[in-house]
Amino acid sequence: MSATLLLGAVAYDPKVVTIWDGFQKWLAQHDFDFDYILYSNYERQVEGHFAGHFHVAWNSPLAWLQAERIAAQTGRTVKAIAMRDTDCDLTSVIVVRNDSAIRSIEDLCGKTVAVGASDSPQATLIPLLHLAEAGLEPEKDFAVRVFDVLAGKHGDHIGGERHAAKALIERTVDAACMIDGNHLLFSREGTLPSNSTRILAQTDEYDHCNFTVLNGAPEKAVTRFCDLLMSMSYDDPQVRPLLDLEGLKQWKPGRTEKYALLSRAVNRFKTIDAFVAEVSKSYP
Amino acid sequence: MIERGICIVELGGLGLDQGGHLLIKRALRTVPVHAPVAVYGIAPELAIHLRGWCRAQGHDIEVSQITGGPVAVLYRGGAEDGRWRGAESAGDAATPQAHAHASWGLAGRSATVEAGAPAFDFPLDTRTEVWAQEAARLYAQAAAAQWNPATAIPWDEPFVLHDEIEDAVVQVMTYLIENETAALVIPARFAAQIHPHFREVMQLLAIQAADEARHIEVFTRRALLRRPKLGLSTAGGQASLKTLIDEADFALSVMLLSVLGEGSFLSLLWFLHQHAPDPVTCEIARLVGQDEARHVAFGIAHLTRHVREDPALLERLAAAIERRHDALAHTAGLNEEVFDSLILLAAGSWQPEALRAGWGRVQTLIADMDQGRVRRLRKIGFDEQRAQSLSALHTRNFM
Repeated sequence: MSATLLLGAVAYDPKVVTIWDGFQKWLAQHDFDFDYILYSNYERQVEGHFAGHFHVAWNSPLAWLQAERIAAQTGRTVKAIAMRDTDCDLTSVIVVRNDSAIRSIEDLCGKTVAVGASDSPQATLIPLLHLAEAGLEPEKDFAVRVFDVLAGKHGDHIGGERHAAKALIERTVDAACMIDGNHLLFSREGTLPSNSTRILAQTDEYDHCNFTVLNGAPEKAVTRFCDLLMSMSYDDPQVRPLLDLEGLKQWKPGRTEKYALLSRAVNRFKTIDAFVAEVSKSYP
Repeated sequence: MIERGICIVELGGLGLDQGGHLLIKRALRTVPVHAPVAVYGIAPELAIHLRGWCRAQGHDIEVSQITGGPVAVLYRGGAEDGRWRGAESAGDAATPQAHAHASWGLAGRSATVEAGAPAFDFPLDTRTEVWAQEAARLYAQAAAAQWNPATAIPWDEPFVLHDEIEDAVVQVMTYLIENETAALVIPARFAAQIHPHFREVMQLLAIQAADEARHIEVFTRRALLRRPKLGLSTAGGQASLKTLIDEADFALSVMLLSVLGEGSFLSLLWFLHQHAPDPVTCEIARLVGQDEARHVAFGIAHLTRHVREDPALLERLAAAIERRHDALAHTAGLNEEVFDSLILLAAGSWQPEALRAGWGRVQTLIADMDQGRVRRLRKIGFDEQRAQSLSALHTRNFM
């Protein structure tokens, strides 16, 4: 690979091009040679990362776990170097209609729960784990209605959560799962009319995306990239619109302890085992 | 509210999905960055909503579990301050600046504009190029003087006209329609090129375009009142108007269209008002003339000021008049049918004596137009001799 630090990112929305073009320009102004490759889904990106197509991955939490597990099986090491302030300490909520007779998680037995994309940590995997650990097994004790918008993008697209919320209001499902901030967003935009819903349960905290590197990445360039990310200020009018688009106020150092919840979810539902095994097979 | 040194917000039952964030924002604005604000409330989802809201806004949060205590304590983040650091004021509310910045964009005068706003390409961005002190007054006058074409004209008033006199009216209306179309397109185009910092001029041009829209409407309606179609449109007439449309420089365009063209039209409309053979045409000419007088007034006010600030403009204006004359030298100018129609209107009949009188009135009209142009050119800054020679070069098409 060239001296250029290459980043892999998933194009979950056209704005992704604006974001990374903008960051590329800003980084160039700071004498940092940077470019990016867009993938249509996280699985392809994780494969590309292990194949050495780029140095740093902008990973969803699920893609982080995929990378972490493939690394463990192939003798590599993996590190989360940075994340957004808004990636930290999220929770998801399970919402019912305000006039619903459902008062506890047990009341969901025999009901239908709407979730987002099948690979969405926040709108599917973590809420379903929450219910499972409370004693209700998905598809056994209650039906799951998946709003599978843009699978492969790990729920980055908000569409699945919005469809689930709409289905709740339209009374075609009994409960819907979403990230905590989206319950407020949907309430304020009118998708969930004010006072029409009630939060039945809230999950524990978890973290979202991170910049992931594998061992062998150019250390000096990665360190400089990290330093430059941390130096980005919301006060800077050039970078502020990009931070707004990417949904953060400042970058933070990476941490991995709050992926434990999602790790339990994928262990329980075995959603990434086959993919991890398949990719690991290529690097014996 | 401050209690024991901590700022407190009491939301009661008000949720964040019901406007509660306004009270929280107000409280956060009163404390320094990193300082705490305790939020109390009983809305059922308040704690969860506060988490999401704080994350999005860049404030830290500690959700409290203490009974009777706050739902959460927020710590003000620095993002809001950061957003407005480096913001600049878009000039002064009352007086426009000499030069309007591209980054002020569409913001009104004196608004605080966030740094990093996109630059807009408004080519007419200096006060010298566009401003006239009278613009605000003329705009207010125009806004107050808008008349309703449906009710201001006595469309149903009975009148009897000889067929050929009616034909003459239709021909004159046909001519007026295409002239007023040019007079609509030109200010509309410049309105979009003027930096909105010079709001009054932009508004004046917009209402000028709206005036012309009404003029086109009433001329068309009068022409079709008793005829199924309009009259003749000549190549020479359109060539003359095209030179107006093609003029890309604002000052030169104001000179050719407003000062000379619409100025000459004032005489023509007064002539039509005086000699109209029917009450509908008579009232149309009066009302349109009122509007046109404002257009001419702005043109003169703007160019008088512009020449005072940039005396070299005078020669550019003269050159534009000469250039237009040269461009039109090979064309026929005013179409013969319009000219003859004006004589017939002023005559009112086919009697030789009446025609002689009509001819005389049209000659007087042409002389009036010339004197008006000379007067206006002098006002802008030309001497008498130069004004006379430039007036003589004006298009034979009147506009």
